[in-house]
Amino acid sequence: MAKMNLLQAINNALDIAMAKSDKVYSFGEDTGAFGGVFRATSGLTEKYGRHRNFNTPLVEQGILGFANGLASQGSYAVAEIQFGDYIFPAFDQIVNESAKFRYRSGDEFNVGGLTIRTPYGGGIAGGHYHSQSPEAYFAHTPGLKIVMPRNPYMAKGLLLSAIFDKNPVLFMEPKRLYRASVGEVPEEEYTLELGKADVVKEGKDITVLAWGAQVEMAEKAAEMAAKDGIDCEVIDLVSILPWDVETVAESVRKTGRLVITQEAPITGGFASEVAATIQDECFLYLESPIARVCGLDTPYPLSHEKEYFVDHLKVYEAIKASMTY
Amino acid sequence: MAKDKQHQLDIVTKPQFIDGSALKIPMLQILAEDGTIRKGAEQPEMDKELALKIFDTMQFIRILDERMIAAQRQGRISFYLSSLGEEAASIGSAAALSDDDMIMGQYREQGALAFRGFTVEQFMNQLFSNERDLGKGRQMPVHYGCAELNFMTIASPLATQIPQATGYAYGQKMDKSGNCTICYFGEGAASEGDFHAALNMAAVYKVPAIFFCRNNGYAISTPSQGEQYAGDGIAPRGVAYGMKTIRVDGNDLFAVYKATQLARQLAVEENEPVLIEGMSYRMAGHSTSDDPTGYRTREEEDAWRAKDPVVRFQKWLQNQAWISEDEAQKNYDEKKAAVLAALKSAETVPVPHIDEIIEDVYDTPPKHLKKQLEALKAHIRKYPEAYPKTASRIDGGDK
Repeated sequence: MAKMNLLQAINNALDIAMAKSDKVYSFGEDTGAFGGVFRATSGLTEKYGRHRNFNTPLVEQGILGFANGLASQGSYAVAEIQFGDYIFPAFDQIVNESAKFRYRSGDEFNVGGLTIRTPYGGGIAGGHYHSQSPEAYFAHTPGLKIVMPRNPYMAKGLLLSAIFDKNPVLFMEPKRLYRASVGEVPEEEYTLELGKADVVKEGKDITVLAWGAQVEMAEKAAEMAAKDGIDCEVIDLVSILPWDVETVAESVRKTGRLVITQEAPITGGFASEVAATIQDECFLYLESPIARVCGLDTPYPLSHEKEYFVDHLKVYEAIKASMTY
Repeated sequence: MAKDKQHQLDIVTKPQFIDGSALKIPMLQILAEDGTIRKGAEQPEMDKELALKIFDTMQFIRILDERMIAAQRQGRISFYLSSLGEEAASIGSAAALSDDDMIMGQYREQGALAFRGFTVEQFMNQLFSNERDLGKGRQMPVHYGCAELNFMTIASPLATQIPQATGYAYGQKMDKSGNCTICYFGEGAASEGDFHAALNMAAVYKVPAIFFCRNNGYAISTPSQGEQYAGDGIAPRGVAYGMKTIRVDGNDLFAVYKATQLARQLAVEENEPVLIEGMSYRMAGHSTSDDPTGYRTREEEDAWRAKDPVVRFQKWLQNQAWISEDEAQKNYDEKKAAVLAALKSAETVPVPHIDEIIEDVYDTPPKHLKKQLEALKAHIRKYPEAYPKTASRIDGGDK
């Protein structure tokens, strides 16, 4: 085991994948010799050459179009979009092409080897063009997998699964935690199952569901609630698409209560999808309405970031409100 | 030679590939690096008042950039983007426009905005996201905008303003306003699809737009030549889209000024869109989050330091005896004091009132946003110590 931060874990996963198969390519804006603006691809050019880890021109739709073509040729394309906020010029390539390649061709062609890496989320004083959490836009698209790790251990195992998964995967990295989250990570190769939620803490009174960077807020809120005698079960959803209905439903059948937290605005967010499904699955077990703690329906502001951010205090209040409904 | 009448093409009978290098676009230079007018060049007409205003703006921007990079290092602002080394490109072009022409910038055109009259206080209010910021504290530092000065608010996503400039200019043409739109962007942004869409549409609709590419050598760490584009830079793309195009020395105030003056004439009088490629160099990092020592050499930077646009223009001014070295220094010191005073004052101004958080999402806040605001305020009242910037004023009625 080694101590790694989230960036190092991602770098390590890329390194292992590129060593494992010479058909793995890593590319994006500034990802070449410089190693990317966050340094996730550091050292890869030195190790694997500039034909396998390289800079692209500054054109997101081009990066994803290129990646779709490369993956359809049978390679493993790991494309980085420098910030999740800037993924939208590539929206057409992802939503209409990556996601539907296999379906529309009757599996004559597919882009299973595609992985899109992109940092997402706020809490970094980035203003609204460096803070968004756009997972819900993509969750509406059949054919993609969407994964959001919460810590270095999860990031490495999930990224290795994503790269060699037979489907296109959108891998969203919580940039607030890039250097802040440090933990024990095995140095050798290991994989974690996509589509499987992770019960972070067992509890009997209420289920608190989060993904990516929000898991930290859920855990902090659960600690606060514990002082009030509330025993929270904290679940990391891990994968947004497909998502693990069974693990969440099983927990809610046990606790009778569910609080879902997400950084993105509330309307049309993925928390809404979870709420609707769990209401369907667990209606007779529910002791209180399913609560969503989310961003406001406004763009992400800079000067009011602290107020806008879905912090542990807001999650804690939602837990208490559910318990006393 | 035979003719293909439908396409009006000359017909050849042997295969003939045109190499990209066949079109090598030259670069206009008027003011040499030593501050003299190049032999054979014609110095554009410029009176003393305008020349000194340009120089004044150059000095101000240089101080602003230096001081705000330092302020970011001290943790007083979160982020900064400097235009160090590119002052002639933005100020020289803005000086050739009419004040009611629209400017759409990327994020290194603070010089154009200052030339239009944006005050040091206004710069600081935006940089500190305080309640006097015209953009109401919502965007990162350097995302200026001012309707009164016809300077469209900067957006972070790259190149989105380029097709918008085409549309804005189309409106100007239809209104017979006699104005044009200038749109700035870097050579990196010229890789984006938006750039290609914009130039094609501008050429097809014949709109009064000036597309000004600051080719400053790097898109963050990615060098332009070979990794951002192959071939002869951005200028040939203008030609390919059927647009009048010129390449200028972007560190030469006169070359930029003259080219923009002529471009404006073409745009406004003949509805000819124009592409200007200003060859320059980004002397500082991409932003305060970047460290250029990771991807380029000191020698390379030094070679460009010798082409400094501000020093070059100052030498010319001194040759005219329109300013002395002492006067330039005195001006510099006064500007520096003004920047520091404005900085100190702006950082004590509070952030916008929390009620602003739901404003401007729509023209008026809909019901669901008002409800969300009330819930947020109730939460802040409960935990005032967690939200110190807004809690004390939440019910104070000082909005």
